[in-house]
Parts: sequence; C-alpha cells; structure tokens
Amino acid sequence: MVSTAPRIGRAVGVQVLLWAYAGVAFGPLLLVLLGSLRGNREIMREPLGLPTSPTFENFGRAWANASLSTYLLNSVVITVAAVTLCTVISLMAAYPLARWRFTGRALLAAYFLSGLMLPIKLGVLPIFYMFQSMGLVDSRIGLTLLYAAGGIPFSVFILMAFLRGLPTDIEEAARIDGVGELRLFRSIVTPLSRPAIATVAVFQLAPTWNDFFFPLILLRSSEKYTIPVGLSRFFGEFSTDRGALYAGLVLAVLPLVVVFVMASRQVVAGLTAGIGR
Amino acid sequence: MAFRSGRRLGWVAFFCGPAAVLYTVFVVVPLATALWYSFYGWQGTTRGAPAGMANYAAVLGDYPYQEQVLKAFWHNVVFFAGTMLVQNTVGLGLAVLLHRNPRGKRMFQTLYSLPYLISPLVVGYLWSMMLSPAFGPVNAGLQAVGLDGLTRPWLGDPAIALPVVVLVNAWQWIGCPMLIFGAALAAVPAEMEEAAVIDGASAWKAFWQVRFPLIMPAVGAVTLLTFVGCFNVFDLVFALGGSSGGPGQSMDVLGLLFYRIAFQGGVNAIGLSSALAMVMFVVVFGVALVVDRSLRRREVPW
Repeated sequence: MVSTAPRIGRAVGVQVLLWAYAGVAFGPLLLVLLGSLRGNREIMREPLGLPTSPTFENFGRAWANASLSTYLLNSVVITVAAVTLCTVISLMAAYPLARWRFTGRALLAAYFLSGLMLPIKLGVLPIFYMFQSMGLVDSRIGLTLLYAAGGIPFSVFILMAFLRGLPTDIEEAARIDGVGELRLFRSIVTPLSRPAIATVAVFQLAPTWNDFFFPLILLRSSEKYTIPVGLSRFFGEFSTDRGALYAGLVLAVLPLVVVFVMASRQVVAGLTAGIGR
Repeated sequence: MAFRSGRRLGWVAFFCGPAAVLYTVFVVVPLATALWYSFYGWQGTTRGAPAGMANYAAVLGDYPYQEQVLKAFWHNVVFFAGTMLVQNTVGLGLAVLLHRNPRGKRMFQTLYSLPYLISPLVVGYLWSMMLSPAFGPVNAGLQAVGLDGLTRPWLGDPAIALPVVVLVNAWQWIGCPMLIFGAALAAVPAEMEEAAVIDGASAWKAFWQVRFPLIMPAVGAVTLLTFVGCFNVFDLVFALGGSSGGPGQSMDVLGLLFYRIAFQGGVNAIGLSSALAMVMFVVVFGVALVVDRSLRRREVPW
C-alpha cells in the first residue's frame, strides 16, 4: 500500500491540474467579458487587465452603430421560425412512420433518415441557383425553409424513436370513441411527445443560430444579415474599435447561453426519456 | 390498426407530405443536382456539353487546381492529426483525472465543455482578439511574466498559423472527447485494473494494457467524430484567416477552397466546384467507413 503523504501530494497535484485547465477553458471567455467593460484607450495601453472604471458604452456602439440589434433580431426570427416549422412537420411525419403500418413505410423512413449522412453544404450551388429562380436569394424566408429542411432527418429520427415507445391504448380508445385523426394528433400525440419535442427543438437551435455558411452565400443586404454574417462584417469594419468587438462577441454568445441554461433540465429529461426505454 | 387502408393512405400523405416535400426540394434535389452539374462543362451559368470526368480530371490534375487541392487536403490531414494528438490526448487525460478524483467532477465537466456552446465562427473571432500581436492579452500576458521572447504574431506567421488553428479548435471541442471517454471509463469494472496492479504491473502499464483496450469503442467514436469535423472545417478558419486561408495560404483547407472556386472561380466555376464537392464527399464518407471498420475489428470483447 502507498503511504498517506505521497497520496495527499498526488491528490493536490491532480486538483492543481484540473483547476489549471479550467483556467484555460474559461479564461478567454472571462477576458472577453472583462474587455467588453473596458474603454478602448485602456485596452490599447494594457491589453490584459481588469476594468478600472467599468462602462457599457462598448455595448451601445455595438448595438446601435454596428447594427448588431438588427442582426440579432434576424437571427431570432429565422431560428425560431425554422425550428418551429421543422419540429411541427417532423412530428407530423414521425407519427405515422412510427405508429402505423402501411406499404412503403420502411422505405419512406429510410428516405428521411438517409439525410443524416448527407452534407447539405455540398449542395450549395444548386441551392443558390434554385433560390435565384424562386426569388429566394437575399430572403429570410428562403433561409428559414432551408434550415427547416436540413433539420428534418435528425428530428424525424429522434421523434420516431420516442413515439415508438409510447403505449398505444389511449390512441386505440380515442379511435373507438370516434375521435378524428387530426384531433387525435393534436390533443393526444402532441402533448404526450412534449419531452422529445423539447429535445429536438433545443438540438436544432444551436446549429441554426450558429450557421455562417448559408447566410454568407444567400444573403446580400446587410439589414437581413443574421448574427454570424453580421459579426464577420462587423469585425471587418470595426477592427480598430476593440471594446466594441469584445461587446459584440458577448452579444453573439449570450442568447444561446441563456437558452441552454433555461432549457438544460428539459434537455436532460428529453434525452433520458428517449434513451430510457 | 383500427381504420380502413384506403383512408389511411390519404392520412399518410397528409402527415408525411410537408416534410417529404421540403426535404426533397431543399436537401435531396440540390445534392443530386450537384452530382449532375459535375459532369458538364459550364460557361458561367450556362450549361455546356457533357464533359464526362473532365471536371474531376481538371480539379485533381491541372494547374493551379491540383496544387491547391493537394495543399488544402494536406492541411486538413495535418489539422486532423494535430487534433487527435492535442485535443483527444488531453481530453483522455482529463477524463482519467476526473474518473480517479470524482470530487467536483460535474463542475469541471461543465467548465471544460462551455466553449462548445459557442459557434466556431465566434470562437475564431474570439481567439483572433486574444492572439492579436499588439493588443492581444496573450502577448501582453507573456510580456508581463517576462517571456517577451515568446511573443509573436500568432496568426500572421505562416510557420505556426496552422498549429495555432489546431490549438484553438482543440480548445473549443475538448469537452467532447472528455465526456465520451469519461462515460467509457466509468463502464469498465475497476477490478480488472486492480488485478493487474496486484500482479505487479505499474499503474501506467495497467492503464494502457488493461483499461485502454476496453475503451476502444469510445476511441473509435471520437476518432470518427474528429475526422468528419476536421474535414468539414470552414467557419473557424474563415474567422482566423479570411477566405483566402491565412498568411501564405498556410491554413487553407478544402472547405475554403471549395468556397473560393464556387464563388470566385473562373468560367467553369460550377463544373469544377461541383466535382470538388463530390470528391470531398467521397473522401470523407469513404475514409469514415474504413476507419469505422478497422477500429471495430480491434475492439476487445470482455
């Protein structure tokens, strides 16, 4: 057996290592937050330091002059619309695929799920020309439809797995009572699937919110930009205003962090509901 | 099922229709069209004569594409190798430390995983601020502790730009291998390693010879995820080096090259970039399959 002194020494060493990496992981985020509260002259003079007289002016400049407020609004509208649309139509598709028996069911399910492996980005040129012919270039609606479509394979996959595990008794009873298909779906299947819906919505949120590639190519006018393209333009134009850049980074990250903190319990619940059967 | 099949097909169409239409129009058709595009010569947006494999031959064999494709491909390979070496070994190390010292495990896991909530683009801009030569905290920190000799334009020096991108990428994604390895380690019964130690093996040897082979499935999963991620990288490199791939194109990757050929390319941009897209798809998909197979064969039953 090992004697106690080296063992304590080792435990302390491990704690030091763990905290050191915590510093590496969290330090840059802290520096951005601190930088967003410091004036430009202070940052130039001393790039690494605490805010001596904290100010929110950086946020004002980033919000208004650099129109980050517009970009944020666009991102919110597009993300919410795309995730809602995707979740609704995926739930509709997953319901018969998981619970009914009809010819071609397996084939249709495989058709949807094959999209899990297809990198949609490689189709960007055809998408661009198709959008051009449909008048969807430089349109928030086009981007919304594209994101909703791209999210379908993953959403159908998760929702099908969940719906397969639900007991069929309530559905059968309702059908015998003469409840119509539409009402059955709306008032029974949808409420029962709530945990899986939450999981799907939250997991679609981050990639949709963060996507840079498609708005870079499909959007033209800056008043339609989402946060990622807006940020890339902002970093080009405001490259000398470091305080505003720090504030812009904080504004770009904050909404997603807030959503995840609020939704974390539902995410975990949804995940365990999907796995636990 | 309790209702008649004629009516049922109508309902199937009603429920599956919207998703099927949207998915077909915006995902399946564009990808199929990209494949079709790649077999034609193009004059701007006008389709020319069928070109067979000429676009593929041009992208892979003609100047200047061949040189650029090989260079970008090589950078993707280095990026993948570097990420395996840095991100996944450090991730494994952290997972082992947390496994042996569960105090504060949840908190450390959360702290380490925080960066992957942020989009790669924002991570790129964040680090371009940190690493800025004159006003970045990294160089300022090095000066503050007397290491002036180590300060440099981290992203402006072609010799170190790509390794810096590897480190930034590892910083973002380290939580992923840590969590996957952590779960795998927890599933291995401790007795097996203890038995080896009692038999006289050192703890180091016991880990590598007993426990590590048992977490091979996790190693396989992490390798695959890393591979696919590293060959699809775009946002991060765009933010750190712009669309031209950084100083002297030292961090140019296939994703950026595809973007440049497709949108800043010459007369036959559509044909060439579509061919490149298909090559990338085949390489990533093919290698992923092979890696998956070979790792699966090395798994140890227990």
